[in-house]
Amino acid sequence: MLIPHPTLGPRDAEEFIYMGDARLLERPDGEAEGANAAFADYLYLRDNPAGRHRELWYHQDGDQSWLVVTRDTRTHEIVEVVLAREVALTAGAPA
Amino acid sequence: MSQAFRVDGGLLDRNRPLGFRFNGKRLRGYSGDTLASALLANGVRLVGRSFKYHRPRGIFSAGPEEPNALVTVGRGAEAEPNTSATVTELFDGLEARSQNHRGPLGFDLMAVNDLIAPFLGPGFYYKTFMWPRAAWERVYEPLIRRAAGLGALSGQADPGLYDKGYRHCDVLVIGAGPAGLAAALAAGQAGASVILADEDFRPGGRLLAQRQEIDGQAGAGWAQAAWDELSGFDNVRLMLRTTVFGVYDHGICGALERTAPGSGRDKPRQILWRLYARRTVLCAGATERPLVFPGNDRPGVMLAGAVQAYASRWAVAAGRRVAVLANHDDATGLAEDLRSQGMEVARVIAAHAGQGIRATHGRKSLRAITQHDGRRIDCDCLAVSGGWSPNLQLTCHHDGRPQWREELQAFVPGPNLPPGMSVAGAANGSFGLKDCLAQGHAAGRAAAEAAGFKPTTATHAAPNSHDVPSPIWAAEPADGRAFVDLQNDVTAKDITLAHREGFSAIEHLKRYTTLGMATDQGKTSNLLGLALLSQLTGRTIPETGTTRARPPYTPVSIGAFAGRERGRGFQPTRLTPAHDWAAQRGASFVESGLWLRARWFPLPGESGWRDSVDREVRQTRSAVGICDVSTLGKIDIRGRDATEFVNFVYCNGFAKLPVGKVRYGLMLREDGLAMDDGTCARLAENHYVMTTTTANAVAVFRHLEFVRQCLKPHWDVHLVPETDGWAQFAVAGPRARDLIARLVDAPFDMSNDAFPFMACAEVTIGGSHARLFRISFSGELAYEIAVPARFGNSLAEILMEAGQDLGVVPYGIEALDVMRLEKGHPSGNELNGQTGAAQLGMASMASLKKDYVGRGRLGVSHVDGARDVRLVGVRPVNLRDPLFSGAHILAPGAKSSLENDQGWMSSVCFSPHLGHHVGLAFVRDGTDRLGERLRAVDLVRGTDIDIELVSAQFFDPEGVRLRV
Repeated sequence: MLIPHPTLGPRDAEEFIYMGDARLLERPDGEAEGANAAFADYLYLRDNPAGRHRELWYHQDGDQSWLVVTRDTRTHEIVEVVLAREVALTAGAPA
Repeated sequence: MSQAFRVDGGLLDRNRPLGFRFNGKRLRGYSGDTLASALLANGVRLVGRSFKYHRPRGIFSAGPEEPNALVTVGRGAEAEPNTSATVTELFDGLEARSQNHRGPLGFDLMAVNDLIAPFLGPGFYYKTFMWPRAAWERVYEPLIRRAAGLGALSGQADPGLYDKGYRHCDVLVIGAGPAGLAAALAAGQAGASVILADEDFRPGGRLLAQRQEIDGQAGAGWAQAAWDELSGFDNVRLMLRTTVFGVYDHGICGALERTAPGSGRDKPRQILWRLYARRTVLCAGATERPLVFPGNDRPGVMLAGAVQAYASRWAVAAGRRVAVLANHDDATGLAEDLRSQGMEVARVIAAHAGQGIRATHGRKSLRAITQHDGRRIDCDCLAVSGGWSPNLQLTCHHDGRPQWREELQAFVPGPNLPPGMSVAGAANGSFGLKDCLAQGHAAGRAAAEAAGFKPTTATHAAPNSHDVPSPIWAAEPADGRAFVDLQNDVTAKDITLAHREGFSAIEHLKRYTTLGMATDQGKTSNLLGLALLSQLTGRTIPETGTTRARPPYTPVSIGAFAGRERGRGFQPTRLTPAHDWAAQRGASFVESGLWLRARWFPLPGESGWRDSVDREVRQTRSAVGICDVSTLGKIDIRGRDATEFVNFVYCNGFAKLPVGKVRYGLMLREDGLAMDDGTCARLAENHYVMTTTTANAVAVFRHLEFVRQCLKPHWDVHLVPETDGWAQFAVAGPRARDLIARLVDAPFDMSNDAFPFMACAEVTIGGSHARLFRISFSGELAYEIAVPARFGNSLAEILMEAGQDLGVVPYGIEALDVMRLEKGHPSGNELNGQTGAAQLGMASMASLKKDYVGRGRLGVSHVDGARDVRLVGVRPVNLRDPLFSGAHILAPGAKSSLENDQGWMSSVCFSPHLGHHVGLAFVRDGTDRLGERLRAVDLVRGTDIDIELVSAQFFDPEGVRLRV
């Protein structure tokens, strides 16, 4: 499989480590009320779609960037690849 | 007479005769022969025994679809079983042996299986050999296993060299027959980068077997000229002997290249290629299918196209008197071809005109056939053709399904092709030569255009005849032993039986009868089986459907997948900077992940490792010892938000760590279980150096980058992995300060006041940049000294030399482990993914005053059976007893069961200080039960030892020695 890295161009998937659902970007507040349940959700519940899936890949054998890849789990077509840092910044993580 | 069946002509180099052996007998052939063509030229008809019934079998085809002629080529460690003689390029000195017979090939003792065939139908092992039950595993199964099979491995290590390669192109053309050559020419002329691959050792495909002209030139000549033209292009790479075996995602194909025989032992014999193509044109041609009739498996019954190929390409008469059976009119042209090569064609039997074959005769070699009308025809070769099936397997590797074309009586590629792939020629269901050339050209053009190039047009003059076969699959009546899958010995009757027993779905039929499951993957039998099934069920062929085609298209040896990643090449070996120094001192090394670490440094006269380790521990605790700890992960953390960052990744507080101090840190996973531990030193306001365990260095860095990029992208923090950049030594013992003071450049105040326990500083040693940390894993007065990696070896030597009069001793990781255990420090065994802060006795370290990784599930997440365990020390009641890690903790008298399990022993060692074994264990409520007597039960080693729970602080519990 080829992952089209946003700055490096297409790279073979064997250069990457796959982490899973990109919802891991939306980390709940560890100190908030109800954190136990929120984190159980965060850690263990997944939609697992047959279709487009937003997921995290880490370029371990390259520039060590984390990427958010939108991939169709049925066809492996990769629709979009964005630096995870940009996604996280846009989502406006609390200071 | 040598090569009695050789005729004139052919594409051979008769100036290069070759000698080879089959079953020990010396035979001769020519360069350009395959093993099969040379055997046929020498009149060798019998080449093997069938899988189950051990029936005599001969060469059936001239390509990778061969079901019968599987031989073992080579001897000793180089012996390669199940090699198709039909695709084996002949070379001088080739040695081949037939397979699957007990006793000589001509008199196989296992042929008795043929007599009990009625008991060996599909699924027989579910219906027979049932009683007595015990006999199955010990008697029947081993016997059955030995009675059937193909070749055998030598059992020795594969001495062959294999390699892997990566190639990129705009257009990959698969197959160098007329369609593929036309496609490659079109794309290459347009300027696209092209790879043209063919599994054969000559380009041309069917042009080499049939006599057709292109632009007035003989087909084989045209192919060679096209090939020569292509080899003149800089942008075209030609690959012969290369099978593209699989289509993967995003235009990536897997291909196996076999090196030409005689290339030399220093060249790899096979290369596994990963081909990256923007567009792929599949021109894989088609495979002929036979017909089903009684006795259709005798040596001498062959595919008609193969008989033609042997005559045209290899100048071999597969028989002197040939009969032809076909369900289409192209058989007439074939018969003419054979006659022109000097073979007598006794009869052409037209199955589409109601004719057929009732029986064949001649056990080890065909002698005659009996027609449907009872007439007997003498012949020594029967050329059978049931039509042609496009080789569309690669189009199905992305879950595409082929579609049935009634007007072609064949499956063609379906609409869902792998992205970027197009199909041309016979692989696409176009069997006329002119069509093949035109389609190939058009596909090559389109692919080049899609890749951004501008192609030109070309046309070729060629015949275009092709007769569609009739929908006849079996010559009636199909009783007797009418075979469908020759390699797995599946008969028409087996298919009928499977259907009767309810296995009427095509995928069930395949698995129940094993039709299509042999190394040929049913290339000549799948469609026949499917057609027979459709007749039995009354469904149409498209309704019946095909089984799924998966990579690899033809077998790929494991050696090719391994490439150079074998033995030492399987993984890189990481050596610490001071490895040579340790090796020179005779260290015994152990693999720790990819690293080699010294586990002890034996001295002459020591009888075993315990002598060495006990000595190293005693001497370190009484004088000073040095240990290479370079393998531990080191991560440099800098930035305005470095403190916030460190405070977020550890569960204990780091916000108030002063500059010049180090702190132990426990890193949790987000589920609250322990991930790793280490120390973190604050060298400057915004500069930290974190250590990790050796095993987790890479994973922790990945985790930190996840936090930095994905969770806290707005923080100003930067990370640099420095594990390989620094050599680091632990210097421990009462004289450690004396030793370090001799190395560190003045002025540097090493007194206890100026540089207390848990201090850190940047220093210089001999003018070189260095770092000094006063941390202790051993419980002694200790430091860790880090220098740039290139100085690691000499640091070790300098320490040893400077410490000689202090009694310095090098110690390895065994002694390191003993000393940390004596101090109750958790290490890898304790941080095993099942334990959190509470279990480790660090509950108070997990802060409740900040957010950090693991905070959300703190105290809530646990592993079943491990929630209430607490880390404690263990000693044997009888001080002479050993302890074993992995033992489980049970109450006295309790039965060994999961319900009674109270925990487990995680680490053990012999303590030279105490003179007996000690251990660390996780025991249910362990810290509340000190003094209690329990048992350590190891069912693997068969030991049951009385133990007492004690404090894990076996040595210097007050920590006095640390702080001197």
